[in-house]
Amino acid sequence: MLLLMSPWLAGFSIFFGYPLVMTGYLSFTHYDLLSPAKWIGWANYSYLLHGDPQVWPAVVNSLEWIGIVVPLQVLFAFGVALMLARARLGLGFFRTVFYLPALAPPVAATLGFVYLLNPATGPINTVLGHLGIQGPLWFQSPSWAKPSLALLSLWGVGNTMIIFLAAILDVPRHLYESAELDGAGPLRRLRWVTLPTVSPVVLFAAVFGVIQGLQYFTQAYVAANIAAGQASQAGDTINNLGYPQDATLFYPVLLYQHGFVNFNMGYASALAMLLLAVAFAVVLVILLNSRRWVHYAGAVR
Amino acid sequence: MSTASVPVGAAALVRRRPPPAVRRQRFLVAVANHSLLIAAAIMFLAPFAFIVLTALMTNDQALSSHLWPHPFRWRNFSDVFHQAPLLRWTLNTMIYSVVATIGVVVSSVPVAYALARLRWRGRNLAFMVVLIALMLPPQVTVVPLYVMWSKLHPFGFHFIGTLWPLIIPNWLGDAFSIFLLRQFFLTIPEEYLDAARVDGCGELRILTTVVLRMAKPAIAAVALFSFLYTFNDFFLPLLYVGENPSHWVLSIGLSEFRSLRQVQWNLTMAATLLVMAPAIVLFFLAQRAFIEGVTLTGVKG
Repeated sequence: MLLLMSPWLAGFSIFFGYPLVMTGYLSFTHYDLLSPAKWIGWANYSYLLHGDPQVWPAVVNSLEWIGIVVPLQVLFAFGVALMLARARLGLGFFRTVFYLPALAPPVAATLGFVYLLNPATGPINTVLGHLGIQGPLWFQSPSWAKPSLALLSLWGVGNTMIIFLAAILDVPRHLYESAELDGAGPLRRLRWVTLPTVSPVVLFAAVFGVIQGLQYFTQAYVAANIAAGQASQAGDTINNLGYPQDATLFYPVLLYQHGFVNFNMGYASALAMLLLAVAFAVVLVILLNSRRWVHYAGAVR
Repeated sequence: MSTASVPVGAAALVRRRPPPAVRRQRFLVAVANHSLLIAAAIMFLAPFAFIVLTALMTNDQALSSHLWPHPFRWRNFSDVFHQAPLLRWTLNTMIYSVVATIGVVVSSVPVAYALARLRWRGRNLAFMVVLIALMLPPQVTVVPLYVMWSKLHPFGFHFIGTLWPLIIPNWLGDAFSIFLLRQFFLTIPEEYLDAARVDGCGELRILTTVVLRMAKPAIAAVALFSFLYTFNDFFLPLLYVGENPSHWVLSIGLSEFRSLRQVQWNLTMAATLLVMAPAIVLFFLAQRAFIEGVTLTGVKG
């Protein structure tokens, strides 16, 4: 047993347990990697809570993402999966088409979208222009940058959709048949047969989405860099984080900026501790409630 | 499934020959559903289409609002290789992805087996800890890990600027893979393992013969996900090799592609397409493993 577990025991203690403790310690220090860490008590935390003007925007950005975009993703994936489950022709073809974008590497997909949504000459605004619609500034506009990222994330919703589709197709046929005998129309069958049976899977996807939302970084970072480079035409990528006007400054981006652009390791650790507290609360809620829906999932199969 | 409804004679008759009005309504619903699917498919494919078209344009045209390439400039795809060390980045990516993936499989399988099939004290606690490690954002531990790698230079060998800090942890168990494999190992009937035990196999023999053979789909899924994850990974390469262009992977290179030499959008889109290609080709080669693997992650919460 010990032999089998040993890789994980080593990996866990070196790459998870030890750093976790060290994050706590570093959060009470001033540390720039060059000179030794200096104990400064709660100073990082008081700056985090009262001094840093970027913390609040970053927290709001991340909460908006988790509160609005993640539910949208789940709803959208569920809608597409429902349509797919009812398809009589070309199920395989449509499934492939809807899944493909999920395969596009995040950096490549983001780059593609920044070009597609280029305000002046991008294909999307060109098409909108032909339809007589004045397209927005997308990634160049503080109010449209997050919706642009949301579009990008909805495009790549394929994994969730496949999981939903499998769950919907798994709903026992006889449940629909008896509901139909009782006179239930399509909407009521969806509400009283499909939804209750697949709800554990939907819940799982929502939870997974929240966990992903807490670490949302790559697309925001790349989009901000490319869009800022495009605006300045100099292609200059020094600290464009959050472009435009902190609209894409999500919490992990802020942490990256303090830790790995400014090398303010102590303060970045304090930011990490706040993230840990929030993430741990989420995880705790999940684990305490998991017994119920894991059991559900087992019963369905 | 349909045999279940046969005993209910009347209902079966109704299902087989619905009145014309109902049949027409069903037909219309199916038409509406398929029209929606086709519209959605066009929206999902449009970004790919625009990226391909732009990749074939001249630079002047990519900056205009024309949507169709004129002339088709296939040279873009070879020009990309002259503009940027794409082969170098591909090689680095492959080193990272392949070596890490092998490590993930080799180190996670035994841990998952011990968590799923062996009885020992603290097993549930250990599994709980794996779940927590799986769900917490990587940003929580990233600062001390960076500090650790930067302070660690045995024999004057420096880890920062190389891919080793990305690869090594994967050889000591990966929480997601352990979780996925454990869920799959739980479904292997105990009788097979007992039969092997009766024949005098030790647990290690059982694992390498019986379990490995039966768990092929799950292992394929884990390898696939690990490969894609590392191939797409941006955050960790940005931290560790961001400052060292000779060790850049594709994700970093692509994100810097436009700013590198003021390169044009047509070439940027050609490079984007080249980076998207491997995952998509892999998908068409191993479509079943993909769909089964994705489903596996969702069904058993």
